[in-house]
Amino acid sequence: MDPKGYRRGSFQSATSDEDMLEVAGASVDFSMADDDPPLDREMGGFSSYNGGGMNGTSTMMDFLEEPLPGVGTYEDFNTIDWVREKSRDRDRHREITNRSKESTWALLHSVSDAFSGWLLMLLIGLLAGSLAGLIDISAHWMTDLKEGVCLAGFWFNHEHCCWKSNTTFTDRDKCPEWKSWSQLILGHGEGAFAYILNYLMYVIWALMFSLLAVLLVKGFAPYACGSGIPEIKTILSGFIIRGYLGKWTLVIKTITLVLAVSSGLSLGKEGPLVHVACCCGNILCHLFTKYRKNEAKRREVLSAAAAAGVSVAFGAPIGGVLFSLEEVSYYFPLKTLWRSFFAALVAAFTLRSINPFGNSRLVLFYVEFHMPWHLLELVPFILLGIFGGLWGAFFIRSNIAWCRRRKTTRLGRYPVLEVLVVTAITAVLAFPNEYTRMSTSELISELFNDCGILDSSKLCEYVNDFNSTKGDDLPDRAAGPGVYTAMWQLALALIMKVFITIFTFGMKVPSGLFIPSMAVGAIAGRLLGVAMEQLAFYHHDWAIFSGWCSQGADCITPGLYAMVGAAACLGGVTRMTVSLVVIMFELTGGLEYIVPLMAAAMTSKWVADAVGREGIYDAHIRLNGYPFLEAKEEFSHKTRAMDVMRPRKNDPPLTVITQDTMTVEDVEAIVSSTTYSGYPVVVSRASQRLVGFVLRRDLIISIENARKKQDGIVSTSIICFTDYCPPLPPSSPSVLKLRSILDLSPFTVTDETPMEIVVDIFRKLGLRQCLVTHNGKLLGIITKKDVLKHIAQMANQDPESILFN
Amino acid sequence: MFAQSSRNSVSPVLLLVLLGCVLCPPAQASKVGDMSYVWAVFPPSHGSCALQSSEDIRCKCICPPYRNISGHIYNKNVSQKDCNCLHVVEPMPVPGNDVEAYCLLCECKYEERSTTTIKVIIIIYLSVVGALLLYMAFLVLVDPLIRKPDPYTQPLHNEEDSEDTRSLAAVPTLAGARANTVLERVEGAQQRWKRQVQEQRKTVFDRHKMLS
Repeated sequence: MDPKGYRRGSFQSATSDEDMLEVAGASVDFSMADDDPPLDREMGGFSSYNGGGMNGTSTMMDFLEEPLPGVGTYEDFNTIDWVREKSRDRDRHREITNRSKESTWALLHSVSDAFSGWLLMLLIGLLAGSLAGLIDISAHWMTDLKEGVCLAGFWFNHEHCCWKSNTTFTDRDKCPEWKSWSQLILGHGEGAFAYILNYLMYVIWALMFSLLAVLLVKGFAPYACGSGIPEIKTILSGFIIRGYLGKWTLVIKTITLVLAVSSGLSLGKEGPLVHVACCCGNILCHLFTKYRKNEAKRREVLSAAAAAGVSVAFGAPIGGVLFSLEEVSYYFPLKTLWRSFFAALVAAFTLRSINPFGNSRLVLFYVEFHMPWHLLELVPFILLGIFGGLWGAFFIRSNIAWCRRRKTTRLGRYPVLEVLVVTAITAVLAFPNEYTRMSTSELISELFNDCGILDSSKLCEYVNDFNSTKGDDLPDRAAGPGVYTAMWQLALALIMKVFITIFTFGMKVPSGLFIPSMAVGAIAGRLLGVAMEQLAFYHHDWAIFSGWCSQGADCITPGLYAMVGAAACLGGVTRMTVSLVVIMFELTGGLEYIVPLMAAAMTSKWVADAVGREGIYDAHIRLNGYPFLEAKEEFSHKTRAMDVMRPRKNDPPLTVITQDTMTVEDVEAIVSSTTYSGYPVVVSRASQRLVGFVLRRDLIISIENARKKQDGIVSTSIICFTDYCPPLPPSSPSVLKLRSILDLSPFTVTDETPMEIVVDIFRKLGLRQCLVTHNGKLLGIITKKDVLKHIAQMANQDPESILFN
Repeated sequence: MFAQSSRNSVSPVLLLVLLGCVLCPPAQASKVGDMSYVWAVFPPSHGSCALQSSEDIRCKCICPPYRNISGHIYNKNVSQKDCNCLHVVEPMPVPGNDVEAYCLLCECKYEERSTTTIKVIIIIYLSVVGALLLYMAFLVLVDPLIRKPDPYTQPLHNEEDSEDTRSLAAVPTLAGARANTVLERVEGAQQRWKRQVQEQRKTVFDRHKMLS
């Protein structure tokens, strides 16, 4: 249990006024777009709540009947109450609809309320697209900065620098305006000394970028490290992490993502882009009352923002929506589907207008070939799927083991040093091999590329027969020496990437997983594709090839194998299904390749599931102990509610509050001596009949406020949770009425209810706690944490690893 | 407040600049080319949006060697629908009946880019990084010297901060007259932000409770 959660609202002593000043100084200054818990702000005015959800119909003008600022909000690292939030939103909507008949102004208000969701989506799309454009252009430039600089304008990267140069056909790859560092410093680019100088400059730039990145993360926004998707999954399931989606996290994540990608580390930017988009969504929510005050509605917006994030990362709006639906979101109402799509489209359109890659494409490795494939090629595709699944399972196991070591041993105490060492190793190993020296996106782009007649890269150095070519249609040719060199260099690159990514993912810089996995798969796929191509060329008379691959025909496309390999590896690591296939075919623009992609994705998922149950994000959620109730797994044990509920047989009885016999002093004593986040309210201790449930935070705020603001409330005042309080002799102090903070409809189950049903209820309704009754009397309570611990126990995992409340 | 307002001022500017670059119609170029950086610093007086130079749009055709003609690259500023071999390759090196065969070998691509967008974005990015570095240097070096050792703010620098001292530290600012002047509100906001970052740092780096 987080001690901070307890102390936030604790009473140090019931009589000292100074301590209570901190809590009583609570202000809900909702105009500040900050995610501070309201408890440590200065006292401000009330913000107008439209219906507190619990006292809507009360007409008493009692001071405490108006919802206090702070009541109904949540502590950090706590779970929200979905039911309460949703009913609050319904109340608010009902009130606006009822009022809209009164005046034109109210009607306008209701119309604008309805449109606020769409306006918010538009703004999120614009902001996410702009930030993605900024990230793409800056990362492109800074990656090339490691190798040289452009004399025509230092802000150009290599490609843009060479845009203007008028070259002849034979040296179309040379570019006088671009100077490598050795050319700048020494004056010439050839020779051993120049090579060493280039090497040195590369390593120095890489170290500088990663040092800057980790210092910025550590100094300004420690929440900006890592991928972000496991934490966003947890937030979307109802958990509160204050500051995780805040302004500083947004700025630092954007800036350091560019630095981390440019330093040559084996990481990608797709996962962090989802975090960036969700930050945009959270920040823009503060502009609209409807979303600012309601945590459940805010999470709908965050689901849409996550879709926009993936959409700009891959240029795949539909894939983005499906990714949000499949991987990230917990509850995904149908209304969110349309809005997410709108946000994803706006983001993609904005990015396209910024045009980061200079040819109206959204992603660097968009391919456009439409070569047909043959049914027999499904065999190598399935082989690639098996490779993807095995690699995925291996990666997850080793990465989790390494991250666990970082969490528990001394390695975790030197984050800056760790980043520097990993960057140094990566840079030193990457420079000699040209395929690891280039940025990973460029590598994937080159591997996806089908060799045309004008491609002069090493990978396309086939033995050409110019006289027999008809146009751009190249047949399968024998591999030239360049191809063989490229093959063994790619094999070395594959081995290096497989191992270095294990140590890179999870470091204290923003790091994504998609691009490195796709790179591993693309290399493996291309190797297999070229091998198949050469096999078909040299042995075109074999039975399997003779039917469809005659001599001089173009039957095998290694680029397609690279694509299928990339999909297989990505599927093996993340266990995505539909969203993966849709993203890949939106990347390629061709429906012909759906079948190979599906075959590879399915095979890889089956193989990976056979080795290890969880995807990488679920594994990280379990490693960190987040209170995430997995929605996809079946609970199949025969336990009952009474086995899980608290108190157990030997524990002291359940802490309850009676409805009208306890004094302020008694309640304060209970609250300060226990750490529960809520207390059931019963009619009397003897009968244990349930009245309702009251939250700890609401109790503390109300009592503090009453002591400060209301007359006559002292430690011996009776607290009354009912409508009609018992009459008291006139000499006794006035009664404190707290009915407004009581939840009159808590969920209850009987003690014989099977745990399957209880888990289902928790999942479907998003409960925090559930009361257990026996023969109508209150017996115990089951909280979400108890459920999670029970599931962990049943699965033979360590139940003490569930950390948060 | 200082921390927040600095962020608040950056993002709308960024958005506006980007939207301006995106939504302004491209104008026919005057000059620009290599002097584009000068243009960015001293905006032209005649119009607000002259974004794309003539060298930012082109159709590029690469033609490989054909028979006894050597390979050549042709660039021309035409629209996207005119971007094919027939419009761009001038003068045509082969006689009329060979044109089709020659053109089949040529690869034509329409490319466009916006140098202004690139320049603006890189400059914005570098300035934000520079500003953050300066702020970090200020916080690490200058701030402890400026801030007088204060019994109320002293606990903030302790690593083993407990909630009690934090609540006591908050008291003097709340009691008595409200801290109304801008400077003191900025101070308060900055202290709050620093506390937040410290908490986050403890959670992530020291206790390893989140983000492994």
